[in-house]
Amino acid sequence: MIHSLFLVNSSGDIFLEKHWKSVVSRSVCDYFFEAQERATEPENVPPVIPTPHHYLISVLRHRIYFVAVIQSEVPPLFVIEFLHRVVDTFQDYFGVCTEAAIKDNVVVVYELLEEMLDNGFPLATESNILKELIKPPTILRTMVNTITGSTNVGEQLPTGQLSVVPWRRTGVKYTNNEAYFDVVEEIDVIIDKSGSTITAEIQGVIDACVKLTGMPDLTLSFMNPRLLDDVSFHPCVRFKRWEAERILSFIPPDGNFRLLSYHVSSQNGYPVGYRSLVAIPVYVKHNITFREGSSQGRFDLTLGPKQTMGKGVEAVLVSSQLPRGVLNANLSASQGTYTFDPVTKMLTWDVGKINPQKLPSLKGSMSLQAGASKPDENPSINIQFKIQQMAISGLKVNRLDMYGEKYKPFKGIKYMTKAGKFQVRT
Amino acid sequence: MLNMSTNASYNDQGGAEAAVEVCTEGTSTTSGTGAEGCVCLKEMLESNKESLKLEAMKRIIGLIAKGKNASELFPAVVKNVANKNIELKKLVYVYLVRYAEEQQDLALLSISTFQRALKDPNQLIRASALRVLSSIRVPIIVPIMMLAIKESASDMSPYVRKTSAHAIQKLYSLDPEQREHLIEVIEKLLKDKSTLVAGSVVMAFEEVCPDRIDLIHKNYRKLCNLLVDVEEWGQVVIISMLTRYARTQFTSPWQEGVSFDENNEKAFYDSDSEEKRDETETKPYMMDPDHRLLLRNTKPLLQSRNTAVVMAVAQLYWHLAPTHEVSAVTKSLVRLLRSHREVQYVVLQNIATMSIQRKGMFEPYMKSFYVRSTDPTHIKTLKLEILTNLANEANISTILREFQTYVKSQDKAFAAATIQAIGRCATNISEVTDTCLNGLVLLLSNRDETVVAESVVVIKKLLQTQPTQHSEIIKHMAKLFDKITVAMARASILWLIGEYCERVPKIAPDVLRKMAKSFTSEEDIVKLQIVNLAAKLYLTNSKQTKLLTQYILNLGKYDQNYDIRDRTRFIRQLIVPNEKSGALSKYARRILLAPKPAPLLQSAFKDRDRYQLGTLSHSLNLKASGYQELSDWPAVAPDQSVRNVEVIEPVNEWVPTVGKSKPAKSAKSEDKFYSDSEGEQVDRKGSKNSSSSSNDSSSSSSSSSSSSSSEAVSEPLALTPGPEAGFMTSHPSSLQVTVQPFGPVKSHELLHHMSGKGLSARYHFPRQPFLYQPSMVQLQITLTNASDQPLEGIHLGEHSPASLTLHRFSPVERLEPQASVTVSMGIDFNDSTQAANFQLCTKEAEFSVSIQPAVGELLLPASLTQADFEKEQGKLLGMNETSATITMAEGHCSSAVLNKQVRSMANLGEVITGHNNTHRFAGRTVSSGALVLVTVEKREAADATITVNTDKSVMASMLLRDLKQALASA
Repeated sequence: MIHSLFLVNSSGDIFLEKHWKSVVSRSVCDYFFEAQERATEPENVPPVIPTPHHYLISVLRHRIYFVAVIQSEVPPLFVIEFLHRVVDTFQDYFGVCTEAAIKDNVVVVYELLEEMLDNGFPLATESNILKELIKPPTILRTMVNTITGSTNVGEQLPTGQLSVVPWRRTGVKYTNNEAYFDVVEEIDVIIDKSGSTITAEIQGVIDACVKLTGMPDLTLSFMNPRLLDDVSFHPCVRFKRWEAERILSFIPPDGNFRLLSYHVSSQNGYPVGYRSLVAIPVYVKHNITFREGSSQGRFDLTLGPKQTMGKGVEAVLVSSQLPRGVLNANLSASQGTYTFDPVTKMLTWDVGKINPQKLPSLKGSMSLQAGASKPDENPSINIQFKIQQMAISGLKVNRLDMYGEKYKPFKGIKYMTKAGKFQVRT
Repeated sequence: MLNMSTNASYNDQGGAEAAVEVCTEGTSTTSGTGAEGCVCLKEMLESNKESLKLEAMKRIIGLIAKGKNASELFPAVVKNVANKNIELKKLVYVYLVRYAEEQQDLALLSISTFQRALKDPNQLIRASALRVLSSIRVPIIVPIMMLAIKESASDMSPYVRKTSAHAIQKLYSLDPEQREHLIEVIEKLLKDKSTLVAGSVVMAFEEVCPDRIDLIHKNYRKLCNLLVDVEEWGQVVIISMLTRYARTQFTSPWQEGVSFDENNEKAFYDSDSEEKRDETETKPYMMDPDHRLLLRNTKPLLQSRNTAVVMAVAQLYWHLAPTHEVSAVTKSLVRLLRSHREVQYVVLQNIATMSIQRKGMFEPYMKSFYVRSTDPTHIKTLKLEILTNLANEANISTILREFQTYVKSQDKAFAAATIQAIGRCATNISEVTDTCLNGLVLLLSNRDETVVAESVVVIKKLLQTQPTQHSEIIKHMAKLFDKITVAMARASILWLIGEYCERVPKIAPDVLRKMAKSFTSEEDIVKLQIVNLAAKLYLTNSKQTKLLTQYILNLGKYDQNYDIRDRTRFIRQLIVPNEKSGALSKYARRILLAPKPAPLLQSAFKDRDRYQLGTLSHSLNLKASGYQELSDWPAVAPDQSVRNVEVIEPVNEWVPTVGKSKPAKSAKSEDKFYSDSEGEQVDRKGSKNSSSSSNDSSSSSSSSSSSSSSEAVSEPLALTPGPEAGFMTSHPSSLQVTVQPFGPVKSHELLHHMSGKGLSARYHFPRQPFLYQPSMVQLQITLTNASDQPLEGIHLGEHSPASLTLHRFSPVERLEPQASVTVSMGIDFNDSTQAANFQLCTKEAEFSVSIQPAVGELLLPASLTQADFEKEQGKLLGMNETSATITMAEGHCSSAVLNKQVRSMANLGEVITGHNNTHRFAGRTVSSGALVLVTVEKREAADATITVNTDKSVMASMLLRDLKQALASA
């Protein structure tokens, strides 16, 4: 399975290596660097690279390449999934997953990697178990350790690994028992030139933060579970119960975790009677033109809310990759600020909140390279936004019940809609 | 420099004040990891202060992480191996494992510590000792390791046994000679019933002895049953191993002589139904129950959050499931496309391979493969590949419209790939060839050179496939020739003109004239084509071109490139007749102007399916080391009794018996019902319910009693059926329908005898009003004892939801082996299809079962006259009306069949009407008595409109859906 791991930063230096079997020379990464050079963009490096004796499988996150060295046949997704799990764990432990954070915590990183893999095969990847083994570094703990000389390695041995509920540690105690659930939906859309929707999908997740004493057994039910087209669960969810009753029944892990991710689509292949057409919460009016022969182009963009059920559209950010021929953009924004990077040709407009009475617009002219011909394609526009207190699919949690414990927990549910890959072709 | 940064970072972390100060000075003066730095660390390690030692170890780990050599410190570090401080000890372990190979003699010093720890009463200490001991790659200790592995393999704690499974692989890579001994241990561990061990031991099996399939037989059913509860990484390994196993043990579920090909699917079903009819003559395919078990138990894992697990199940279905079941994985695979870039890449590769063979699987999700401008290039090209594979007559216009957007993309490499894709669509789908060609010709006036060049190349290929009436396009390209500078495109145009010079007799010589002028400044491939063009023209039109040809041949003769000189010489001998060139020049025309076969434009993923999906080899399209070939299905299934295991007496202590016994009133029934797929699902729910409840009970008990808990998990699964077990009934050919006056009645499985410890139950709706309570739906349950002991006290236990009201059947006191009894009960479903869950109890055990009624069963027929019907319908308009238009399946158009279909789906009564084309049905919901009116109106051809009028709007839409399915499908 996984032989070694190399962490490579954006400037191409290996800043950490770890071997689970015999040592593999870091020169194996040269093949990776070669591929990196060939790729025009950092994302274009192929995730799987063959070399004469090894195979390199890499993921890119937070501008760090995590390069795993493999010696024989293994499902590539197995390695990719594991590497992402490593990154998630680092993020969980250090708050951020940057080169600096990893270098500062190199011992914790090493301890973690040692526990996560045994002989290249995943051993403990559940964050609850890892946290029992190795305490995450906090400022307070670092100070205490400095004074008392104690360590951040757990004294007691992890019991979670041995239990039937490996995701939950035993003996959890809280004075305030609370369970919060965030329903977050991202809407992926492609809208074509004429404003009609080409594809629209909703991807939702339910993230939970559960701080409950003991071994609570929770059930969560929805008002409209049939909305969910396709779901994937945290291992704690009892699948058969869902199959039979469309109720989520689970013993939650302690702390933050992703309970469920789901999919709602507007595509065909949908049962009749539940054809949910995805509502698009914003619309864009655009007029981007370049004239043949002139070195000027016009840029005109207006945003407006649509089907938001009265909720405000916030944190709107518009970005667009303008054609290479554009030298500069002289625009005026009715609200917010815009920036144009003449090197990458990236136009970003931070709109903020959309006021339905006074629609935000960005108007002006673009100057093109003199003599250059008119660009073939108009740029596509990417939009980000957030809508609080609304799940665009209309999904609603019906109730949350707790069994197995006596106390009354505090329960909370929050909804939010975000733009995922929201693209407007012009 | 390096040391300084580590020091800086540890100063605020670490605890050793004074000594650290000293060391900082020491190391900062010497740059790098000089001897002095080591000396300093060594001093710290040898000091008495724990904190100093720890600090030193932390810095050493920092060095190792950076890839610096810290092996000199080995003796000083090894001394601390028995330290009490856990963190220090762990860091020493890390160091030890890293350098033991280089310092073998010194490493031996630490062995005794681990040997001692292997006897520790704490299971976690034993496990960690074994882990480190087996990671030390020193050949001398192989016998010690072997002994430790053998002992740990029979440890009380499943966690230690898991560790020993890991150790097997380590020892094997250290000394492959131990293989035979290790296989013994693997064999032993495979029998283990703990979910903790399963994944790790299968991993060891795959590494050490993947060819010893015989070791799996006895454990096959257990592994299938444990699978859901194994940790996710183990699931991946087990699934891929079972895929290989199944391919050697079961016969092919794919019909003989029918390829995977999508187009043959129709034929596939036809032949299937034919076979059903005369199954006595041809031997029908019977799926091995174990084969079915595997498919059924892996399906829930499609919902896993782990992408590798989902992919593993998908490939299992692809390689093992009957053709019509494979599409179950589509939705989950498409879901993975939302994941990280790297995941997308691998999944798209696999979808690309699948979509070549099975278009239908992904066609409904075509839009998920639309390209976004923010996708990285390799994702874009993969999506393009898939879209091209999915193209057919019906969707090609949509796809081409989408492609038009891509052609304009700023990513020119991608635009070029799109043009190739258009070319492929044009050759595959003859209807659009002309449209594509015209579109490509338009692109010739594009401003971007790569786009134009790519178009020329693709047009060339397309024209070759049908050169008949395209002289216009060739002329157009000749005109464009001056503007095009990309060599490949120029060469392509020249070749085209040469090949079809007789169609453009006026232009061709002129092009040649221009080329003669610019010959010397052209690129090599263009020059070669100029020579070709000259030769072809010389043969067809020598009057006009003789001199030009000679001039070009002369230029070519002195070219710098030897290929061109060669070609020139060859052509000259071939076409210019002289006394030396003998027989060959006679055939010059036939050689040069021979009709050429058109090139095939096909997918790059065409032959990737020779590799198992989801593997590294598939991803790279080359055989990775250690790749295990997936064998072909055996023609005759090997003996299936090898998988039988002796039945273990069930332990019942952990199952509390609930419920009261009542006097029995039993009635024997001769009825036999056959399960269908739906029934099987019910069964799966049931079995999972029982196993999850066992999970709960064992988790609530303290986890320290882990060995007992593991037993509890596996206990309900230990029951294995005899070879004649009831899975056979899943075969569709045995589906039989009992026709009753109210229409056909289907029976469903409530409890399978595997999960019911011998008790099996099936239910059906007799579709008659329930005597005791008219608001309840009547159900008949047939209980059968499939075990060899009599079952006692069968009754109903608790039910949920609590609001559910039901009428219990009278308890059955005793059921002899192989006997069955039918009881009836009533449930008030309250006009919703929400499942009713209750417990079916025997004297010893209880089983959770659930009944989810189809909406059609919640109705009772109502007799109305046509006038009444119309009057009632008039009251139920607007919001209370739902309707849909469908195309009816062939054979459903006749009134009698339509009647039967509707009434088999829903318990409705027919309203006699005068019209021949309108059928009306009426019913009332059982619980609230609301009227439900259904109208089926036939239109021209096979179209029909279904209208449902009722004030129960949820029911209406569900009923409409069911009716649509019943009428539209065969």
